[in-house]
Order: sequence, then C-alpha cells, then structure tokens
Amino acid sequence: MEKTPLLEVKQAGIQFGGLKAVQNLNLVLYPGELVGLIGPNGAGKTTSFNLLTGVYVPTEGDVVFQGKRINGIAPYKVTQSGMSRTFQNIRLFRDMTVLDNVKVAYHALAKHTMLASILRLPSHFAGEKKMEEDAIEFLKIFRLDRYKDELAKNLPYGQQRRLEIARALAANPKLLLLDEPAAGMNPQETHDLMELIAFIRKKFDLTILLIEHDMNLVMGVCERIYVLDHGQLLAEGPPEVIRNDPKVIEAYLGEEVTE
Amino acid sequence: MKRHSKAFWPLLIAALVFYAIVQGLIMTDMLGAYHTNTLIFIAINIILAVSLHLVIGITGQFSIGHAGFMAVGAYLSAIVTMKFDLPFVVAIIVGGLVAALAGLIVGIPSLRLRGDYLAIATLGFAEIIRIIFLNIDYVGGAAGMQVSKMTDWTYTFFFMLITILVIVNFTRSRHGIAALSIREDEIASDAMGINTTYYKVVAFVIGAFFAGVAGALFSHNFYIVLPSQFGFLKSVDILILVVLGGLGSLSGAIISAIFLTLVSTFLQDYPETRMIIYSLVLIIVMLYRPQGLMGTKEITDYFRGWTSKGGKDNGKDTIT
Ligand SMILES: Nc1ncnc2c1ncn2[C@@H]1O[C@H](COP(=O)(O)OP(=O)(O)O)[C@@H](O)[C@H]1O
Ligand SMILES: [Mg+2]
Repeated sequence: MEKTPLLEVKQAGIQFGGLKAVQNLNLVLYPGELVGLIGPNGAGKTTSFNLLTGVYVPTEGDVVFQGKRINGIAPYKVTQSGMSRTFQNIRLFRDMTVLDNVKVAYHALAKHTMLASILRLPSHFAGEKKMEEDAIEFLKIFRLDRYKDELAKNLPYGQQRRLEIARALAANPKLLLLDEPAAGMNPQETHDLMELIAFIRKKFDLTILLIEHDMNLVMGVCERIYVLDHGQLLAEGPPEVIRNDPKVIEAYLGEEVTE
Repeated sequence: MKRHSKAFWPLLIAALVFYAIVQGLIMTDMLGAYHTNTLIFIAINIILAVSLHLVIGITGQFSIGHAGFMAVGAYLSAIVTMKFDLPFVVAIIVGGLVAALAGLIVGIPSLRLRGDYLAIATLGFAEIIRIIFLNIDYVGGAAGMQVSKMTDWTYTFFFMLITILVIVNFTRSRHGIAALSIREDEIASDAMGINTTYYKVVAFVIGAFFAGVAGALFSHNFYIVLPSQFGFLKSVDILILVVLGGLGSLSGAIISAIFLTLVSTFLQDYPETRMIIYSLVLIIVMLYRPQGLMGTKEITDYFRGWTSKGGKDNGKDTIT
C-alpha cells in the first residue's frame, strides 16, 4: 500500500491543565482502510477524535489531512474539507425530524442564499427541493425513509445510531470517524451495525477510523489496529499481532481488575 | 417545506382581510382611539416576541436584553423624525438598522463563545444603552424627548407582517434548519459543517433589527420617549412572551403576545392588582402548560391534518 496517506497524525498531543490526555500520537491512514482505535476507558480515544476534528487544538504535534495541516481549523471547516464523525453519546438534533437531521449535513452543499430564502426567490425553491429529494434518497439507502417525519428522539436506540452514521455520511466525507458506534447495542444490533459499516465503506468509497471499546468486535472487521492506553500509543498492527501482544493484554486485564 | 405553504396563503389572506376590516372601522370612526391603540400595542408586542423567538426559540441563544435594541430603535428613529424631519418610514428603517448594528457589535464577541456569555452581555448592553440615553442631553436625558405621534394601524400592521414573513421564511429554509441545529446541539451542528458563529450572529442581528423597528413604532405611538421605558423589566416582559408561547413556536409567541397584551390592557385601570393578576396568569399557565401555550407546535400543524391528502404519517404508529 504505497499510496499517499489520507490522514497523518504526527506526535500530536493535548494537555488539560496538568493532565496529558493524549501525547505522542502517531497515526497514518491510507485511502480505503478500515482501522480500529481501541483502548480501555479513559485512554484518550475520544480526545484523539476531538484533536482530529478541530474540537480541540493540539498543544503539540500536527494533524495532516489530504496533505494539508489542519490543526487549529474550526470543526465545521474540517467537516467541509471531508472528515466527518459520530459521537460516543449520540448527538442527534433530537427535536428535529429525521429528514431535517440529514438536511443539516446537506446544508453546506446547497448554494441558495439567505436573501433568496427570505424573499422566496426561485433559487430558494429549487435549492430546497433538491435538498429534500437528495435527503430522502439518502435515507432510503439506510432504510430510514419511513421514519423521515419522526422526531429523531422518538427513534429506537439502534435506529438513532444508524441515523447518526447516515447524517455523518450526508456531509460527504472521505474519512469517517466512528466513536463507539456499538455502545449500548445488543448482539443482533451490533451485527447489523458491522454489516452497515462494511456496506457504506464500499458504497461511499470511505476510509474509516473506528473507536471501539470491545476488542473482539474490532478484531473481526479492522485491517489494522491502534491501541491507546493512558493517552499514549501502546501498540499498532494487524489484529492477530495485537491479540497476542502482552502489553495489550495487560492493559485490558488491568482494566478488568479496576472495574 | 410544502406542507407549510398550504396554510400560508389562507393565513396571509385572513391577515390582510383583518387589516382591511380594522382600517375600515378606524376610518368610519367605529373603532375608537383606545381600541385602536390596543391593537397597535398587540402588533408591536408581536414584533418583539417574534424577533426574540428567532434568537431564543430557533437559535437557542439566551438573550435577555431585547429592550436595549428596542431603545436604540426608539431613540434613533425619534432623532430622524424630530431632529431631521425625515419621513417616518425612513426613521423606522434607520432605527432597525442601527439596532442591528448594535446587535452585531454585541453579538460577535459574545456569540463566539459557548455558554451563557450572551445572557450577561445582553443584560449589560441593555443597561448601558439605557444609561447612555439617560445622560445625553440631545435626546432629553431623564426628562425624555418629545415625539410626534406618527404610528398608526397601517404602519404597525405592515411592519408586523414583514417581521413575521421574514422570520418564517428564514426559519423554513436551509438557513433556519442550520439555526435550529445550533439550538439542538451546537457541537453536533459544528461537526456537521455548520458555521455556528455565523448563524448565531445572523439570527441575533435579524432579531435586533426587528426589535429596533418595534422601538420606532413604540416611541412614535407616545408623545414622549423615556429611558425608563426600556429597563430590565421591559426585557423580561418580552422574554415572557416567548417563554409563555412555548420556546420554538412562532405561533405561540404571537398568541401569547396577543393574550398578555390584552390581559395587561384590561388590568390597566387597577395598577395595584395588575402585577399580581399578571403574575398569577403566568404561574397558572406555567403550572398547567410548562412547555408553554403551544409547546414547539405551530398553528399550521393543525391545518396539516385536514389539508394533506392523508395517509402520509404512517410512520407514527410504528414507533413507540
Ligand atoms: N475537556 C477536557 N478537560 C479535561 N480533561 C479531559 C477533557 N476531555 C477529556 N479529558 C480527559 O482525558 C482522558 C481521556 O478521555 P477520553 O478521550 O474521553 O477517553 P476514552 O474515549 O478513551 O474513554 C480522561 O482522563 C478525561 O477525563
Ligand atoms: Mg470515549
């Protein structure tokens, strides 16, 4: 795989007060990869996502996306440049409809101006119509179209996760970051989710970075895995190497003792 | 989008018919000054409520200094008509524009930050504005400034209509959806590619503009404009209209503006009991409808039931 990397994180880190939540983080993602990021609770996985997406500005190191250094850039610009995410604790627009949730993601792709909307010019109607049609087509891919007029908060839990992924994809990303998408799911829902991830990866030609707490689950789907512990990379490699790495086993065993 | 335009034309025509009837009654002297004035007050309060609804109900930004923008519009428009002898329409627009500029200046620094900075900033801003007018002799200081009565039913009605149309059209567009998403979850909105600061500032500036317009109509409805008319309690009055109507419901803001203006007009003659009864009404409504009169629903949602072809909402019963 001697292509240019889609994402390159170089020695990145962030400090909150005295706490080094993440340090010396080095990640490389190549186009089309499905890579896992695992580690015990509090290891710094979510914080790493926040570093990549501009929620936090790294206090050290660099984040390079599609050849451009993006640290310090606002999250909405990072998203517009082709990196999109879901959240560990689902963050849907709860009191908006399923359709409007997706439309928010389409917003940046539409062109009609605010003045056109206020004056109800033809470009407003054309733009809104296209957004509506595209969003409905999009929901169909995820079999969520029958819920389109429901409020997001009224969806069953598994469907909310599904909608959050759909919404992230509607922003048309090249790189999708999924933060514990299987959290709180039963085995059947988890299975469906893994199929969904495999499906969207092909369909949208995606690169995916998947955070997962459950090691076994990640082992099944990811080509490569990064292991984080106490804010630092512990190991990196294909699943079979990670599975037998004594440091990784220790980190996870340690967690079971403390839990 | 389509589902709302069905109720749009009937409502607009009903509003215009209502305007014409009232105007006819005024011209034939069948509607006295007292009742006309009540209608004007209602319309001004609707402008205030709907403009604050955009900021709080739609965009989710807690502004508690709406009377400050109203004061800017009130005074600036009075200067335009009284000192420069320019037409009232020009004064109303100048009042709105300067209030919008004030909104921009307050909004940009405070809306960039997440959290409750805006509440503090707007509260402080409104007080500063009041104190500035209190200390400027050019506008009469504490004694106030003489203003001719220029506000009439026609001006008030059409500016109210413009306010509602602009804010409805904004809300029912991709821009309104962006603003709503900020109210729902600012972090997620940002993560979905929305420039949240931009939309917060825009909503805030539009809100300030129409508060300024309301201020212009307000100051030209009395014969005097005073700093004490725009104190903190005025901001709270406007806030109550939005909260009582149901945060997020434009029709709720309108209904509560009508309702509360009527209540306080009827109680005008009993100043000592007025505040007590007014408070009781609010407490009762909040006890029985804590989500506000309308919740997040709109009047047009009730039209949908019998104007749509039916059978579209089949998703409803599959979800528990
Ligand atoms: N904004 C913040 N301020 C202070 N500490 C934080 C902040 N965000 C995360 N942390 C800390 O960073 C560490 C890593 O957290 P997190 O990335 O959420 O872990 P994980 O997702 O791997 O479970 C935790 O100790 C957490 O308390
Ligand atoms: Mg986490």
